[in-house]
Amino acid sequence: MIPVIDVEILSRSFGAVQAVDGLTFQVYKGEVFGLLGPNGAGKTTTVRLLNGLLCPSGGRARVLGLDPTVEGCRLRQQTGVLTEVPSLYERLTARENLAIFGALYGVPEPDLSRRVARLLEEFELAGRADDRVGGFSKGMKQRLALARALLHEPPLLFLDEPTAGLDPEAARQVIEMVERLSHQEGRTVLLCTHNLSEAQRLCDRVAVMDRGRLLALGTLKELSRTLWPGLQVEIGLRTPLTDAAVASLRLLPDVVGVRSEASQLFVNVADEEVIPSVVEKLVREGARIMQVIPQQPSLEDIYFAIRGERVS
Amino acid sequence: MNARTLQTIAVKDLKEVEQNRAAWIPALVVPLIFVIALPLGVILIPNLLQSMSPLMAPSGPVGMMRERIPALAAELAGLDERQTWVVLMTGYFFAPFILIFPLMFSTIIGAESFAGERERKTMEALLYTPASDGELFLGKMLAAFVPAVALTWVSFLIYGIVVNAAGWPVMGRIWFPPASWYPLVFWVTPAIAASGVAVTVLISARVRTFMEAYQMSASLVVLVLALVAGQVTGVLYLSLSTALAVGLVLWLIDGVLIILGVRTFRREALLLSR
Repeated sequence: MIPVIDVEILSRSFGAVQAVDGLTFQVYKGEVFGLLGPNGAGKTTTVRLLNGLLCPSGGRARVLGLDPTVEGCRLRQQTGVLTEVPSLYERLTARENLAIFGALYGVPEPDLSRRVARLLEEFELAGRADDRVGGFSKGMKQRLALARALLHEPPLLFLDEPTAGLDPEAARQVIEMVERLSHQEGRTVLLCTHNLSEAQRLCDRVAVMDRGRLLALGTLKELSRTLWPGLQVEIGLRTPLTDAAVASLRLLPDVVGVRSEASQLFVNVADEEVIPSVVEKLVREGARIMQVIPQQPSLEDIYFAIRGERVS
Repeated sequence: MNARTLQTIAVKDLKEVEQNRAAWIPALVVPLIFVIALPLGVILIPNLLQSMSPLMAPSGPVGMMRERIPALAAELAGLDERQTWVVLMTGYFFAPFILIFPLMFSTIIGAESFAGERERKTMEALLYTPASDGELFLGKMLAAFVPAVALTWVSFLIYGIVVNAAGWPVMGRIWFPPASWYPLVFWVTPAIAASGVAVTVLISARVRTFMEAYQMSASLVVLVLALVAGQVTGVLYLSLSTALAVGLVLWLIDGVLIILGVRTFRREALLLSR
């Protein structure tokens, strides 16, 4: 499959500061790809490089088959960017803002007003379409900025901290919109965020960045397996298990560890395929099982483990 | 170059400037004083004097201008003292002041362009559009050039109406503008506006705030004041041929500035100048 974004050893420095340092990754069609990292990790610089706003100091990037450095104008016709700050003209109305950007993105004149009206409706801003944006709440501005990024119906979206500074309700609205754009409309999304729960909910794969460098890349499962080979299963029992039963559990193939705490049992297995045989063995040992919960580490656990590894 | 892109950037900027009354209303006050209060005052001065002699004497303003600009003799032939005063002051003495207007207007609007966008944190979205670097530069130039020239011409029109109306009792006819004003207004002022806009937009792209850009570009007025001083002191009389020559030089400079601007203007520099 040809990647939508193909980055190879991409670097960019500002004087002595290496903002992006040898990034290599690919993003495929229809994927939500998360760039995670703290402020200053190089996420925004990466988005600017991938849209031809900045020239790389080294390496190369192809986005939608184009070189952003030399074909930036053509490329930007096909990308929609939600910047960290909504970047809206606050003295102008919502409708004027969209109409201006629609014209700049080359939306044909006959379609423009229809498309603007549809997006205002879709993003629940139709009632305020002719009000100045300066009077809008942060959530409304963010929705308008997202509508602006979609005006020219781009196949590739860059969303830079889409929920930064929003209250929980507004953040949830934006997340639901992004979910719809990716999962229902099939757009490719590159999401820059340091909001880990948002990334966990939205991203198919994530790349963890710090100080311009890529620390880890993969799906949640892949990253988890790299960090913690195997899987921990928490088993709730009606009564504590006997020592003999615990010992017999340890003898099962692909069981790497067993820990018993009162009526809770923590079993480390090679992978989830082993869980049925563990349960079967427990039943045979006379245990009454209340619940079996495979412990999937959260993205937050993975993120801090990766960053912790890097620090150590 | 995409005409629709240029037009959109220009119209957007004009809408923004229109909303920023704090920036343009003070800038209209000075020209209004210039085109209404000053000619009225000058035309009415003789009514307050018992005799025109202090004005007409060799050491007075009329005498000095006559002496320093011999070319005016033909223009003033057959006029009485009060007519000479009106024609000389409103038709020649004030003529170069009209050259300041395009700079005043263009620097205000031009300074708003990139510095204003940066100040209001709106620039990044503009940079992510498919507009080329050259289109961004020219669009911003157009946004400042068109209103600067239009406002200058409107000022000229008001000045003409005031001078002819207030001077009617003295002149008894519509005499303004003299021929030398046409090249000044329609040839030199657009050229000055273009220079002002090009320089201001380039400055605006490199500084952080509107005020910084405005203050730096406002120093361009000094160059025009040199022309004003030249005319007032008689060193440089803005006759038809001089005005045509000054305009030509300015247009050539404009051409170079615009080509340089389009070639050297880079969105990366806009992002990185903080």
